[in-house]
Amino acid sequence: MSQNFSLFARMGKDLPLSILHELTYEIQVSEVMTANISTLPPTTLMRAVKDMMRDQRVSGIPIVSPEHQELLGLVSVEDLIRALEQERLDAPVTEFMATDLATALDEEPVVEALKRIETAGFGRLIVVDKLGNLTGILTKGDIMAGLLQTLEKAYRKIEQLQQQEQSHHFFQALNSDETSLTLRYRVQVGDFIKGGHASSSIKKALQQIGATPQLARRVAIATYEIEINLIIHTLNGGHIVARIQPEQITIVAHDDGPGIADVALARQPGFSTASQKAREMGFGAGMGLVNAEHCADALHVWSAVNTGTRVEMIFNVTPQ
Amino acid sequence: MQLKKIVAELDLKVLAGAKQLEREAQGCYIADLLSCVMAGVQPGQLWFTLQTHLNIIAIASMLEVAAIVVTEDAPIAPATVEKAMAEGVVLLSSAEPTYETVAKLIQAGY
Repeated sequence: MSQNFSLFARMGKDLPLSILHELTYEIQVSEVMTANISTLPPTTLMRAVKDMMRDQRVSGIPIVSPEHQELLGLVSVEDLIRALEQERLDAPVTEFMATDLATALDEEPVVEALKRIETAGFGRLIVVDKLGNLTGILTKGDIMAGLLQTLEKAYRKIEQLQQQEQSHHFFQALNSDETSLTLRYRVQVGDFIKGGHASSSIKKALQQIGATPQLARRVAIATYEIEINLIIHTLNGGHIVARIQPEQITIVAHDDGPGIADVALARQPGFSTASQKAREMGFGAGMGLVNAEHCADALHVWSAVNTGTRVEMIFNVTPQ
Repeated sequence: MQLKKIVAELDLKVLAGAKQLEREAQGCYIADLLSCVMAGVQPGQLWFTLQTHLNIIAIASMLEVAAIVVTEDAPIAPATVEKAMAEGVVLLSSAEPTYETVAKLIQAGY
C-alpha cells in the first residue's frame, strides 16, 4: 500500500516544496531509520516469521547468518503473504526472502534513500554502515515520521521565540533573589538646557528592561516634574536616584536647600514660587508636584528650611 | 492624518524631522505651560505652542508627540532645532497664530 503514493509528489502537491525538500537533504538516514532491529537466522520457518511480524509489528526482517552476522536477505510482509497463499508456512525463510537487496548508507541524506525507494518501488531499505554492517531498516513511514518530527521541533522553537518576543516581562532577563537597578543623576541648578535628561534616561532604561509603555510614561512625567523643580528652585541643584526593582520603582530627588516652608501649601495645585524667567519658559504653573502625585502611586515630601528637600515617589509594577 | 498632509494643508515650515513626515498624527493639545503639557498631551498628538526653548524637545520626545507646531513664527534658536533633529522630534512652524492654524486643520478634516 505504501508504494501507491509518492512522497515527492505529495511534497509538490500539498506542502511547501522547498522546505520539505531541503529537510530531506539535511536529515541523515540514521536519524529517521528504525535501529535495534531484530534479525532471524536463515533456518527460520515462515510460521515463525509470521509470529514475529505480528508480535513486533514489523513489516520486514533481515535474515542474518548466525556465524558471521552476514546479511543474507530480507523477508517482508509481501513474502509472508505469498507463503500464506501457497499454504507453505512450514517452508524455511530462505525460499521466500528477497536476496536482491536495496540498501541505504546510514550517513547518506534521506533524499538519496527516498529516491531509491520511489524509483525502484521498494517498500523498505536495509541500512548499513560503511563497513556493510546492518544498522537498521528504513521505510517511507520512517521518513515521514522523521520529517514530521523535525518540522515539529522547528515549529516549537519558533513558538518559543515568539513567546519571548511578545511577553517582555519586566526584568525578565535578570534573575536573582533580590534584583535592583540604581540610576543616579546630578541635576544642576538653572540648567534648563539639560532639563529632562534624567527623566528621559530613566524612561529609556525602563523601556529597555521591558516596562510597559504606560509605566515608563508615568515614571517619566513624574520624574520630569521633580527634575525641573531641582533646576528652578534649589540653591545648588540636587540628585535624582531611581531604584528599579521587579515589583516597584522608587524615584528620590534630594537637594540641600533652600527647603520648603509649608509643604502642604506647596502641594496645592497652582501654588508656585517660580521666578519670572522660569515662568516665561512655561514652567512655574504650580502644577509640578500635582502632576507627579497624579502619576505616582505614592509621593512623600520631607523638607526643612535652610536644610533641604527630599521627594520620594513610588510606582508599583503591576503584573502584565 | 499624515504629517505630510498636515504640513501641506497648513503651509507649515519643516524645521526638523523632514524624514518622519509619513508619521500619523491624531488629536492635538494646545498649551504653553509645560506642566499642563506634561499632564495632558497624549502620544501621537500634535502639540501647538509658543514656547521655543530646548525643553520643548525633551518633553515632546519623552511624551512621544507626533510633532511640535510652533505658531506665530515665534523665533526658534538653532540649538532647539539641532536637538529636535538629534532626538527625532518633528518640529514644525506656522506663520499664523494658534487659533487660525488649528481652524485650518479642522477645515482640512483633521
